[in-house]
Order: sequence, then C-alpha cells, then structure tokens
Amino acid sequence: MRMAKGWRLLALLGALALVAGACGGDDDGDDGGAFRIAIVAPSASNDLAFSQSIVDAVNAIQAEMGADAIEIAITDGTFVVEDAAANMRGYADDGYDLVIGHGSQYGSFLPEIAEDFPDTAFAWGTASDTFGLDNVSAYTAAADEGAYVQGIMAAALSTSGKIGVVGPVDVGDAALYVQGFVNGAESGGADVAVAFTGDFGNTTLAAEAANAHVANGADVMTGTAQMVVGAVGVAEQQGVLWFGTQSNQTSLADSIVVSSQVYKWEVVLSDLVEQIKDGNLGGQTYEINLANGGLVIEYNDAYNLPADVRQAGDDAVAGIIDGSMSTGL
Amino acid sequence: MSELFTETAIVATLAAMLRLAMPLLLAGLGEMYGQRSGVLNLGVEGVMLLGGFFAYWTTLSTDSPWLGLLAGLAVGLIMGLLNGVISVTLQAQQGISGIGVFLFGLGLSDLLFQKIVGTPRLIDPLAQIEIPLLSRIPVIGDFAFNQRSIVYIAFLLVPLSMWALNKTTFGLNIRAVGENPAAADSLGVSVARTRYATLAIGGVLAGAAGAGLVLTTGSFQQNFTAGLGFIAIALVYFGAWRPIGVMLGALLFGFIQALVFQLKALELIPVSQQDLYNMAPALITILALVAVSQRFQAPTALTKPFSRGG
Repeated sequence: MRMAKGWRLLALLGALALVAGACGGDDDGDDGGAFRIAIVAPSASNDLAFSQSIVDAVNAIQAEMGADAIEIAITDGTFVVEDAAANMRGYADDGYDLVIGHGSQYGSFLPEIAEDFPDTAFAWGTASDTFGLDNVSAYTAAADEGAYVQGIMAAALSTSGKIGVVGPVDVGDAALYVQGFVNGAESGGADVAVAFTGDFGNTTLAAEAANAHVANGADVMTGTAQMVVGAVGVAEQQGVLWFGTQSNQTSLADSIVVSSQVYKWEVVLSDLVEQIKDGNLGGQTYEINLANGGLVIEYNDAYNLPADVRQAGDDAVAGIIDGSMSTGL
Repeated sequence: MSELFTETAIVATLAAMLRLAMPLLLAGLGEMYGQRSGVLNLGVEGVMLLGGFFAYWTTLSTDSPWLGLLAGLAVGLIMGLLNGVISVTLQAQQGISGIGVFLFGLGLSDLLFQKIVGTPRLIDPLAQIEIPLLSRIPVIGDFAFNQRSIVYIAFLLVPLSMWALNKTTFGLNIRAVGENPAAADSLGVSVARTRYATLAIGGVLAGAAGAGLVLTTGSFQQNFTAGLGFIAIALVYFGAWRPIGVMLGALLFGFIQALVFQLKALELIPVSQQDLYNMAPALITILALVAVSQRFQAPTALTKPFSRGG
C-alpha cells in the first residue's frame, strides 16, 4: 500500500526535526567572560593523529587557564570541506572568540568567512598564509625536524637496511614529515621507500602500503595521518618497528612503537589567545618546532631502545635546536 | 624494473590483489543481487561502515574475530531489511534513499566509534589459513592459498552465486522480477518478497565487506571504506550484472592498486608522481566500465518500484 505523499512529507519533516533537536548544542550564548574557542577538524578528535593534536592542545590550555576561563566547542569529522565551511561560519555567527579550521584544505573558503566576520579571530593550519587579513592567523609545524631525528634512529635500528614510509598525500606537514624522515634515515645509510596512498583516512590502503614495504624487506616503518592505524596493524602483525607522528601512538601497539613526534600546538595557541584578548585578532603566522617545545619526541618506555640509538636521537634534537644539524629542507 | 618480476614481488602483488578485491567482490555481489531484482542500492558504503564498526567493536569486546564477522553480517542483514522497507514497501526513490542510507551509516558508525570505543585500538584480525596441499604449489600457492578466511569466502561466493542465479527457482524469480515484475507477479511470484530477499542478501554481503576490511587490517577509523562501496556499485555495471563479471572487475581494480603499491615500495615511481598514479585504479576501471557496459543491458525494471495494477 502506498503512503500518501503528504504523510511521507510529514514523516520526513518530523524525522528532520528530531535530528535537528538531537544535534542542537548547548553553546548558544555567552557564559559571561570565558574565552570561547571553536575547532573544526577533518577527522575524529581522538584519531591519535592530526585532529587529536589540536584537541589535546586546546584541552591543555583549558587545564592551564581553568575550565571557567576557556570554553571549547569541537566539530570533528568534517572531511567534506563544505561541511567545515558551514560549521566555521556557524561558530563565528555564534560569537566564538577564536574559530580554528584545523586542516590545510580549509584555506579555500576561509578568506570569505573571515571577511564576513571581521570581529572574529580565525586560525588555520597547517598553513602559513593569512591572506593579508587582520583577523586570520596561520600555524604550521616544522614536522621535518622530529622526522629527521626519528629517521636517524630508524636507520640505526634497521637490520635489513630497508625502511618503509606510508604517507597520505604529498602536501602540507605530511610532505614535510615524509621528506624529513627520508633525509634522516638516508643520512644513517638506510634505503628508504615512500608510498603515498592518496588518502588521509583509508586504513586499507595504508595497510597495503605497509604490506608492500614489508614484502620488500622493510623492518622499520613510519607514516602520517589518521589512516596509519591500518599500517601500524600490519607492523604489529609482522613484528616491524614503527615511528609515529602528530600524536603519541604508543597505545596502538606498544610492542613495536619506538617513539612518536608529538605536536604541542598549545605552545602557539596560548600566545594566540593572549593576542586576541589584547585586541590583535590575527595577521600572524606561527610555527611549532623542536626549539620552542611545540614538537617533542616522546619515547615508548615499553620498548627497550638501545642506549646508543637513544643518544643519537637526543644528539639530533640538540643539533637541530642549536643549528649545527639541518634536516636538508 | 626487473625487481618487479622477482618471485617475492609477484607473490606480494598478487596476494595484495586478492585482499584488495575481497571487499569489492563481496559488496559488488550483494549489490548485483539487488539490481538483478530491480532495486538499486546506493547505500552500500553506509552498510559497509556499519558492518565494519560492529565487527570491530564485537572483536574488541570478545577477542573473537569470528564473532566480529557474525556481528557485521547481522548488522548488514538489518540494514538490508531496512532498505527493503524503504525501497519496496514505501517505494521511495531508490537513488535518494540510498544516499540517505550511506549518510546514516557514515554518521552512525563514526558516532558509535567515538562514544563507545574512543581512541583507536588494534584488534586481532582473522587468521591467515594455509590450504593443505594447494598452498605448496609454487607461486600460486603462496598468494592464492595462504589468505585470510574472508578472502576465500568472497571468491567461493562467485560460483555459488552463478549457480543460485542460473540454476535455481530463486534465481529465476530474481531475474523475472528484475526484467518484468508484472509478468512475474501474474505467474504467482511475490515481487516484494523476492526483492526483500535480494536486499537482505545484499545487506549481509555489504556488512561482510566492511567486516572483512576491519578484520584484515585489524583496525577501524572514521570513514575507513573511503568510497569502496561506490566502486563496488560501479563494478556491478562493469560486470554486466553477472557474478563472474563483478569478480573480474574487482580483480582488475585490486590488481592495479596492488601493482601501484608494489611499484612505490620498489621505488620505481618517483615520489613527485605518486599522486598521479594513485588515480590509476579508478581511471582504468572507469574506462573499462565505459567499454564493457555499452554491450550489456541493465535489468529492465531497475530502479522502478512495483505495485500491482500500478
């Protein structure tokens, strides 16, 4: 029996109303003084990679300044750029003090929104372009620095002399990380193969890239982006060592993760917040690196890293900070 | 280039081909059943995501990949029946409702993952099974008979589907309902029941495809299927609505993907050109689809709701 068109429309509207009601947030007003930060991120906020790094940073700022001083709203999973644009515009419209677009793909629409909301501060990354706008800041990571350090250690740990890198797309901090790691590993005499999957979230492709590396003799691997959980799975099954980046990936597989380069965006975000409070809404480009503590090599205590390899890693960190060592980029 | 023709590289490439073809084959066969009965389901990707999530969560909770696989199949069955309600009983526009199912699966799988699981963790994958005697055949045994169980299941479904579609009353009913539902109805075949059955099969196989991915990589991530469900739908057209054709399409896609990965791992593709090569599987499959599909007709009643006397 066919349902009457009117009833179908009513049912649809009812369902939409329910969904809209369920999705409604509680962030619809000023709470009297708290600095309000909104984050729009492309993947899950607990992806152990890029999106988690900014969420961890904002939570760290809130922990430092107090829950009453910082209010946080997060919309994650906006890998569709148009969804991200709608959410950022919505947060600006809701009066957030700082709206963060955490993805280099968001630059296509950011200038338009920033011009529509000149009294709202925007930040985006990884990027270095503020579009000449006074209310836009950009932030980037010198991902090649920690990558170079980990590349040196990877070369020292590899017995086959072959190392595999699983990358997403050859852009942004992913490109920097991959090239920095390659340079570091090659400086240690290793043969490094790189496989970009063409996707940030496809765990299957990451796993197959890792399988191809292992089949060709790689006994140490690294990779970047949220898809790497697939590659880490292969590494764990095959007993291949792994170096992480963006967030600490030890919890994924503590038997094979040697260390992770961890992004500490709070180093630049805390300054950004102070600037905005002082009325400077943007126009600056920030960078996290080993020297300013925005990049940190976090070791896996459960992995028995030989002392000489650890020392080589520490020496490389010190060398990059004091300028006596270069990543080649 | 000679590195590509060593036994190691050949075995690695062909083994990867079978693994990569597995989800496309499962989802593609499932979609084929629905389309042969006249129902287009664009929501395959959403069902794969849900099947994958429940397989992941069940395995995480029980440490049993087989229970995880069963959970993926069960969720697929529920989604298939739900699709039946939407497409057969409510007679919704199939293209639009399929997109709705996809978005539902995409959103719900992510929401459940974040709320129930939280931070990504690895699970035990299905075990690799060496088939006695066959796995000892040089080269072939190494890549074809040393796979995870879900890969064997996917390929065994091809002859089973050929038999079911061409040699059974059920298969005859499916084909009749997809070509001329009014005539089938006049002969006493229940169009609604047949379409519900094919959508249920399609749901189970899409759930299996998602579960297979998760239980092969041992991991789950938001939107981990990344468009594979839509490629599976394209492969049904590529395969001219026949099991063997769907299998050939899945193998072609899987082979090109596997070959590109092998070329990268062997450093035969410069890093600067890799993004270009990543498009090769989709590009070649589309070209093949255009060439092949023009020679075959889709089921006549595809996308057309049926109501007696209407």
